[in-house]
Amino acid sequence: MIQVDGLYKSFGDLDVLRDVSFEIRDGETLAIIGRSGSGKSVLMKHLIGLLQPDRGRVSVDGVDLGTVSYEELRQIRTRFGVLFQGGALFDSMTSAENVAFPLTYFADMTGEEVQNRVDECLHLVNLADVGPKKPSELSGGMRKRVALARAIALEPRYILYDEPTSGLDPETSNTIDELIRTLAQEMNVTSVVVTHDMHSVLTIADRAAFLHDSRLHWMGTVEEIHQSPDPVLDAFVKANEYHVGNPSAIPSARSTPE
Amino acid sequence: MLDRLLSPVQTLGKFALLLARAFSSIDEIGTYWKNFIDQMVRIGIDSIPIVALSSAFSGAVLTVQTAYQLETSFIPNSIIGSIVVPSMMLELAAVITGFILAGRVGARIAAELGTMRVSEQIDALEAMGLNSISYLILPRVLAGVIMFPVLYVAACLIGISGGVAIGHFGGFLSAQEFLDGARQFFKPFDPFFGLIKSVTFGFIITAVACYKGYFTTGGAEGVGDATTEAAVQSCVFILIADLILAMLLL
Repeated sequence: MIQVDGLYKSFGDLDVLRDVSFEIRDGETLAIIGRSGSGKSVLMKHLIGLLQPDRGRVSVDGVDLGTVSYEELRQIRTRFGVLFQGGALFDSMTSAENVAFPLTYFADMTGEEVQNRVDECLHLVNLADVGPKKPSELSGGMRKRVALARAIALEPRYILYDEPTSGLDPETSNTIDELIRTLAQEMNVTSVVVTHDMHSVLTIADRAAFLHDSRLHWMGTVEEIHQSPDPVLDAFVKANEYHVGNPSAIPSARSTPE
Repeated sequence: MLDRLLSPVQTLGKFALLLARAFSSIDEIGTYWKNFIDQMVRIGIDSIPIVALSSAFSGAVLTVQTAYQLETSFIPNSIIGSIVVPSMMLELAAVITGFILAGRVGARIAAELGTMRVSEQIDALEAMGLNSISYLILPRVLAGVIMFPVLYVAACLIGISGGVAIGHFGGFLSAQEFLDGARQFFKPFDPFFGLIKSVTFGFIITAVACYKGYFTTGGAEGVGDATTEAAVQSCVFILIADLILAMLLL
């Protein structure tokens, strides 16, 4: 379980997170939603200790990340798989070498076992044949799927996804959503998905945490999102539906006189 | 105002902390052995052609210019060798190699690490549980410190050979005269001093470039700035270190 208590973070004069508290339960998929610049990615980086809070604490499996040594933090990080927004694949390596990279350093495997695991992970993301290709030879969606294969190579307990569908076409986005859902079910991992794509949220998440004005504005199950009377959340959801082309959410269409 | 005054101190502190973190994990170099060997090849072996070219021309030009300045029958030709060889060993081989590598190696390291920073590849290394400083910085700085003296020795040998060749084929002096002159005033401390310089310059170039690249901010523009600053500041620090070492050791 990941516990966030009273988290504050600012960069210079800009308050990015103020008094953010919530918990991520084992086995669930939590979506962190909010407008661009609302601090979603900053919050995600705190969950793995890539950023240190100004105040407050983040605990992973009961261990406060602010109190452990760097070596212990590195050990804790091996429980995580992270899919970064742009994939963050090592561009000097092939796709297969990227997936093999964490296995080389953290898994007690022979070369053949590493190769088998790489093939298995690439197969899982439906990219069995891209192993020899460099990231520059792949499309944006393929890069994210290879990065996902790398993130799951060590069979992590937690997977963090930073904007997994941003910049992708709807069909590829659906493929990624499907993968996230499949991984959550088959590997029984705890997933945290940072996104502003409400379609993804409704497809993959169990619960959602809505960041607004540097604070955790709302938190609940995905079923509760549409029932919530909160006007700020409602405006965010409606704007998102309008953006993806749901005519019922278009303000002018809804306000057409009867 | 206070911020501007404190800025160089903060930069120096950040630089020192980065290197302290890199060298405190020197026991992990075995884990990153492949990366270390790869950097030795990239920094050292791959630089040999440009170092060879520049040092050969430097030795040749120095010989021609020395011959021009000593164009009198009162001074024996062998003196040209006595001037060219120590000049190569004491100054030119190390400094010219340093300047070339500040551009070739320093800029490449800063651009590579800067791109890794802005594309979150360094975050990805950390997120996996790797020590990104051990993995990225230590192998590069160590490779620079180890390979730069090798390049210095190559530059000396090729530069002197260039001088011998131009002296012989240009009709200035024979190879025998050149080498006799070189032996006449040879001091074993000269190449030793050059080696000390080369280790220092190797450290400056790689450490400055790693610092600039590792802390890059601001996307493509930031990478461009980091690359330029790494090359320019390395050259400036080489000049300063060159003077300090000369004053301390000569």
